[in-house]
Amino acid sequence: MSVDESTVRRVAKLARIAVEDHEVAKLKGELDAILAFVEELSELDVDGVEPMTGVTPVSIRLREDAVTDGENAERVLQNAPAREGDFFVVPKVVE
Amino acid sequence: MNAPSRVPASSKLIPGATGDWEVVIGMEIHAQVTSEAKLFSGSSTGFGAPPNSHVSLVDAAMPGMLPVLNHECVRQAIRSGLAINAQINLVSTFDRKNYFYPDLPQGYQISQYKSPIVGEGEVTVDLGEGESIVVGVERIHLEQDAGKSIHDQDPKLSFVDLNRSGVALMEIVSKPDLRSSEEAKAYVTKLRTILRYIGACDGDMDKGNLRADVNVSVRKPGAPLGTRCEIKNVNSIRFIGQAIEIEARRQIEILEDGGTIDQETRLFDPSKGETRSMRSKEEAHDYRYFPDPDLLPLKIAQAEVDELRAALPELPDAKKTRFIADYGVTPYDAMVLTLERESADFFEAVAKHGDPKLAANWTINELFGRLNKQGLAIEASPVSAAQLGGLISLVSEGVISGKIAKDLFEILWTEGGDPRELVESRGLRQVTDVGAIEKVCDEVIAANPEKVAQAKAKPTLIGWFVGQVMKASGGKANPQAVNDLLKRKLEI
Repeated sequence: MSVDESTVRRVAKLARIAVEDHEVAKLKGELDAILAFVEELSELDVDGVEPMTGVTPVSIRLREDAVTDGENAERVLQNAPAREGDFFVVPKVVE
Repeated sequence: MNAPSRVPASSKLIPGATGDWEVVIGMEIHAQVTSEAKLFSGSSTGFGAPPNSHVSLVDAAMPGMLPVLNHECVRQAIRSGLAINAQINLVSTFDRKNYFYPDLPQGYQISQYKSPIVGEGEVTVDLGEGESIVVGVERIHLEQDAGKSIHDQDPKLSFVDLNRSGVALMEIVSKPDLRSSEEAKAYVTKLRTILRYIGACDGDMDKGNLRADVNVSVRKPGAPLGTRCEIKNVNSIRFIGQAIEIEARRQIEILEDGGTIDQETRLFDPSKGETRSMRSKEEAHDYRYFPDPDLLPLKIAQAEVDELRAALPELPDAKKTRFIADYGVTPYDAMVLTLERESADFFEAVAKHGDPKLAANWTINELFGRLNKQGLAIEASPVSAAQLGGLISLVSEGVISGKIAKDLFEILWTEGGDPRELVESRGLRQVTDVGAIEKVCDEVIAANPEKVAQAKAKPTLIGWFVGQVMKASGGKANPQAVNDLLKRKLEI
């Protein structure tokens, strides 16, 4: 399995990664190599095998429904590149 | 999707230039799960807090933060599934739905894509006049809500509040079983009623706690399904109806002009009465779902499902059936009385005091009517169930007339008090003492000799006499007794 250049550009755009034209061929090669490596798995016959979701026999941890966190806007906003009052501020995004 | 097999009544078809069209509707309802804390964090779900106050570092997606699932949200989803008679999946998984938007700090929404917690179920929807339809539910899954972007504060900037970020939602996906805007509205209303009964969602559409994505397509009756458009985020039942009507007509016009429908996401603009394309959202539809590596599969014990099933309250359909059978109320009255659990409880408390049909009449016509007019919820009713019950037992016992009962209701509403004591202290008791009534009748007859002569020729004039006697008695005379006495005295 391999990807074409337009797929490389689309994947980059969806992931919001800026890719220059001259980088596309190189990235295509790297993605092809990764896919070829993963492709080896398809040689295995996994019919009737449950997908493995973890290596330790633990089940999901559940939390009681209680408010134990939050109420600290300052802490949440301290790394914000821009703020206005207690709002995060971003370049305008509108439909 | 399965080709739906229902044949709709011709009244539900939309006439076009080339003949009748059938509209096919499926809905995704987003219902905010009632819980104290969010789906994967310990911050509050409270509404209306200052910006970014109900936010933990998990909700803000700070690096290294891990989601821990809220048990109550899981239980609410199971309750919801049980309430629509759905398959509960004892193993379900969480997936990441990837897209970028400023109010989604993770860059993905945690949702359930491959294995939802609830599978197929169904909702019976009453359409009035004895007609009802069964609407299939494809699935219910749990997912995170996003934050809120505010665009009108600055010409170049958007403001972001993450208070909603991470609040638990249930997405309830229907099959394309709906055939008109009326059916769609009735379906949402019924689902909302069910969710409110079991306390899984408060259904408050003004706060955005219940909203719908509506899939609409049209076809000639019996033809294969047409291409659908999805109208996003419609936030009132009335708007759902309007959006469907407008979108169906738009599609019919295009098809009748020889065009084709593009499958796309659209937005309903109630002020302009139109739907319009949200093309910018199209690319974002490549969500690249994959299992969330931060969350193990959710395994539920059958015992827990059984325990939740046993603890479910009586559901609207069962209650309605019981009201018809036990109280003898009409199917329509039973539907109105069971729309809200609190209203149904109120009615039952009133009905304990006397004639259930009388109780239904007074509860629906007088009480609900007055509450609606004043925009009050049943919990805020100035007249309690015990007071209204007291009133109807006084009517049943013949202590007060129906007319006086309305005056008494007014006193209970504005001043309060015990109905029986009020009847005594204000002298509202119906006069059934024939001697006393007779005296008033005689007075009225003596004072109106010409009318008496006329009444002999025209017996319907007795109504005028009854009115005079009732007036003279302050409404307290028993109208039937007055009628009988007058007939005898006027010899008609």
